[in-house]
Amino acid sequence: MQLDFGSLSGALPYLAKGFRYTVELTTISVFGGFFFGTLLALARLSSLKPLSLFAAGYVNLVRSVPLVLVIFWFFFLVPYALQWIAGSERPPLVGAERTAIITFIMFEAAYFCEIMRAGIQSIPRGQVHAASALGLTYAQSMAHIVLPQAFRNMLPVLLTQTIILFQDTSLVYVISATDFVGAASKIAQRDSRLVEMYLFVALVYFVLCYTLSFVVKLVQKKIAIIR
Amino acid sequence: MNWGIFLRETPEGGTQYWEMIVSGLGWTLAVSAVAWVIAFVLGSLVGTLRTTPLPWLTRLGNAWVELFRNVPLLVQMFLWYFVVPEFIPPLKAWVIAADPAHAQFLSAVLCLGFFTSARIAEQVRAGIQSLPQGQRHAGMALGLTQPQVYRHILLPMAFRIIIPPLTSETMNLIKNSSIALTIGLAELTFRAREMGEYTFNFFEAFSAATIIYVIIAMTANRAMAVIERRTAVPGFIAGGAT
Repeated sequence: MQLDFGSLSGALPYLAKGFRYTVELTTISVFGGFFFGTLLALARLSSLKPLSLFAAGYVNLVRSVPLVLVIFWFFFLVPYALQWIAGSERPPLVGAERTAIITFIMFEAAYFCEIMRAGIQSIPRGQVHAASALGLTYAQSMAHIVLPQAFRNMLPVLLTQTIILFQDTSLVYVISATDFVGAASKIAQRDSRLVEMYLFVALVYFVLCYTLSFVVKLVQKKIAIIR
Repeated sequence: MNWGIFLRETPEGGTQYWEMIVSGLGWTLAVSAVAWVIAFVLGSLVGTLRTTPLPWLTRLGNAWVELFRNVPLLVQMFLWYFVVPEFIPPLKAWVIAADPAHAQFLSAVLCLGFFTSARIAEQVRAGIQSLPQGQRHAGMALGLTQPQVYRHILLPMAFRIIIPPLTSETMNLIKNSSIALTIGLAELTFRAREMGEYTFNFFEAFSAATIIYVIIAMTANRAMAVIERRTAVPGFIAGGAT
């Protein structure tokens, strides 16, 4: 087995483009997923039965289906959904890259919901009662008292989930989006250099994720001391 | 919507679409089952090694976990299928000669087994370390050797404690097996997409796959709850007071 990393150097700009999309997708999905996930968590803990049932149903459904199938579902449904929203005559062309962003936001929302729910439930009930005794509305007590603490308690878990998400975005490969892995596999097949390319990709992911999880451990220690 | 589509014949001839979905389910379960055995054996071993007093064994175990945790599963799948055989000439010769489905099955099983073993190792380690130190010491004081302490005292307790995380890991494994479609293994998600492409009834095909995955998840949950109740040790968290 003769390794030849020659084709790698020429492919670097293309790989960098794919990598930029991976980072973009991860960043947008983290913020979007966190936003909708927090809303879902609030809905799940709400005393309005239909609302909490809907949130629980959505979260449980998404969590029991493989990500690959969720990606296929959204790839198939998003154009129709947009057509229905916009009221246009035919489904718009959305493209794999943009569909992937919508998919990951909606998919991650279910996972972030469970994390935030645990975070909210880690706050003693007395704090909510104290807030309402002080005359704060529900929205105010959530925004100023409960959610900031829930966020801080859950920060290590949220960061770990972000690392998992960073790895999971590689699955957009199945709808032929050109992320880091997608770009690498296209080059690998063009130059028939699968071994070198996939080893390189694995190395890049390993170094990045290992470093990031090390950072998460530091954050965890820091938070533990504050408490 | 056209649910009758499942009774229509496939282009492969002689079979109907529902049979195609069921054969996909068969592959999903087969891959998951074999991978689970590998993951459980390796994971228990590595997890146990990480709690022994031998520093180099602990380090080896940690390296194992970090290696499989920090590379995306999709990339690992490609490594097992495209890269590993290149470095092992006899394996490469077998892959070329064998039925592609067998080569895909082998790669998927090894990939998912090793990947999941790292996660089970982490749970086993956490389970053993959650036990009071006194249990280990008491075992030693009774004259048990180190392996006996693990075999008769620590592991039986640790495995009971980790049943809930092990359940969700088993479900993750079944879901993760869908990634084998990237190397061409005709498992459930692969078959659902294939059926969609043949018939354009994507909605029905994906719904069928989704319902099957939900049923698997619910069944696994129930089964593990029963096992948890059966094996509970009175007086400990899972056992409860009653």
